Amino acid sequence: MAEYMILIFEDENGYATATPDVLQQVMEAHNRFAEQVTEKGGKVVEGRALQPTSTATTIRADVVTDGPFIETKEAIGGYYLIEARDLDHALEIAKLCPARFGGVEVRPIMVFS
Amino acid sequence: MPGEVSTAVADAHRREWAFVLAATARVAGDLDLAEECVQDAYAAALTAWARQGVPRNPGAWLTTAARRRAIDAKRRDRVLRAKLPLLIEPDPPVAASAPPGDGLAEEDEPIPDDRLRLIFTCCHPALAREAQVALTLRLVCGLTTGEIAQAFLVSEPTMAARVTRAKKKISAARIAYRVPAPAELPDRLDAVLTVVHLLYATGHTAPGGDNLVRADLVERAIGLARLLRALMPDEREVAGLLALILLTDARRATRTGVDGRLLLLEEQDRSQWDRAVIAEGSALVPWALCGGRPGRFALQAAIAALHAGAPSYAETDWRQIVGVYDVLLRVWSSPVVALNRAVAVSMAQGPAVGLAQIGALEADGRLDAYRYLPAAKADLLRRLGRWEAAAQAYRDALALTDNAAEREFLARRLTEVTGARA
Repeated sequence: MAEYMILIFEDENGYATATPDVLQQVMEAHNRFAEQVTEKGGKVVEGRALQPTSTATTIRADVVTDGPFIETKEAIGGYYLIEARDLDHALEIAKLCPARFGGVEVRPIMVFS
Repeated sequence: MPGEVSTAVADAHRREWAFVLAATARVAGDLDLAEECVQDAYAAALTAWARQGVPRNPGAWLTTAARRRAIDAKRRDRVLRAKLPLLIEPDPPVAASAPPGDGLAEEDEPIPDDRLRLIFTCCHPALAREAQVALTLRLVCGLTTGEIAQAFLVSEPTMAARVTRAKKKISAARIAYRVPAPAELPDRLDAVLTVVHLLYATGHTAPGGDNLVRADLVERAIGLARLLRALMPDEREVAGLLALILLTDARRATRTGVDGRLLLLEEQDRSQWDRAVIAEGSALVPWALCGGRPGRFALQAAIAALHAGAPSYAETDWRQIVGVYDVLLRVWSSPVVALNRAVAVSMAQGPAVGLAQIGALEADGRLDAYRYLPAAKADLLRRLGRWEAAAQAYRDALALTDNAAEREFLARRLTEVTGARA
């Protein structure tokens, strides 16, 4: 097994304007995702949601500025660290990851020998 | 004698490279190491075969030699490589009787044919299309980076970087060395077929430069299509791709005139088409079309077969061709297909009807940079005698075309319509 990071990129406006119903659905989707990963023979090592980019602080060469490192329409809103057999397995899992206002990026975790 | 040996080695390089590398990759667990070992084995064959004669089965000799080198390298390097298997195999590589921890087949065991694993790994969707193409030529066809760079008109360092990046991703992201499961197979196979077709198309009409056909790429693409057909005899789209390539390639000799200028389908000397190749391609079409929804390669092959079987351009069964395009558009809704259909419609129902459809495609905008749209439009305007508009369309097409033979053709037509106008 190897570790992969699933980075969730979404349009924050989607959440800002979502009805309570939609937010409820998103919560349930994430709970279901955790179960699905296990069913697929993978494992969620850790998964977290982040506060929106309006709360982000960026530091470049010791200069502290308000806002995210890169301004984009779709920003990282959360992540899952998972274990999977190989990339195909990781992608099969990542396809199930909820991201209704965007998509996900899968990155292998570097292993130092 | 030395000439004989180098011919045998060159021959084995062309025929056996993929088999030898695919089998060695499984032992090496690393594509770079496998390539190195296979290259060494070919170099060793030159001297060994001069001494002992060319073996009865050169591929087996080379595979054994390459795998032995990989085993040695791995033993030397065991500690390092044990930590991180670089090429992931989902299933155990050898029978349970093999010595534990070694993962290496005995030399007299039958060597598994891993060529499909190699092909599917090179064409994995997590790799960019251009990387898939480069890796396939390098690892499956055994071309050097320099040769691939030349074929795609990029510098050798650029191509080397592309290949290195792709190989790094295969090991770092753990792209498995395997044939995809049945559920993923249709999509994954489509990627493989797309790569082979792209190779053929690039060779068939080189994007730039002076020769319309880059014969080596064409030969490699045909070889790959034949290899896939042999390895996956039950896949209808594989048969469809091979048929499409054969039926297109049967016309190769007639695509340019003696002076190198481009000849259109209607100008080609049909008596010079390769009838044996057409027969081989056409024979694959019915089977590729039957038994479920036909795929895009089978349908394109069916269109190519209708062209190849027509006694002349005028006597082509344009209505049936339009009908096949209709089916093709349903399985593969591409603006390029719609453009080709519009050309067929112009033959079945007249240029004005075709022109209206091209106008709709133009408005759609997706073909803005596609040189064959203004070229097709120009031809229909020319047939309608609308010289001024035709001249403008030929100029638009010229602005998008780098291929010398195609430019020459368009410029010639531009002169014709400009002359007709005056």
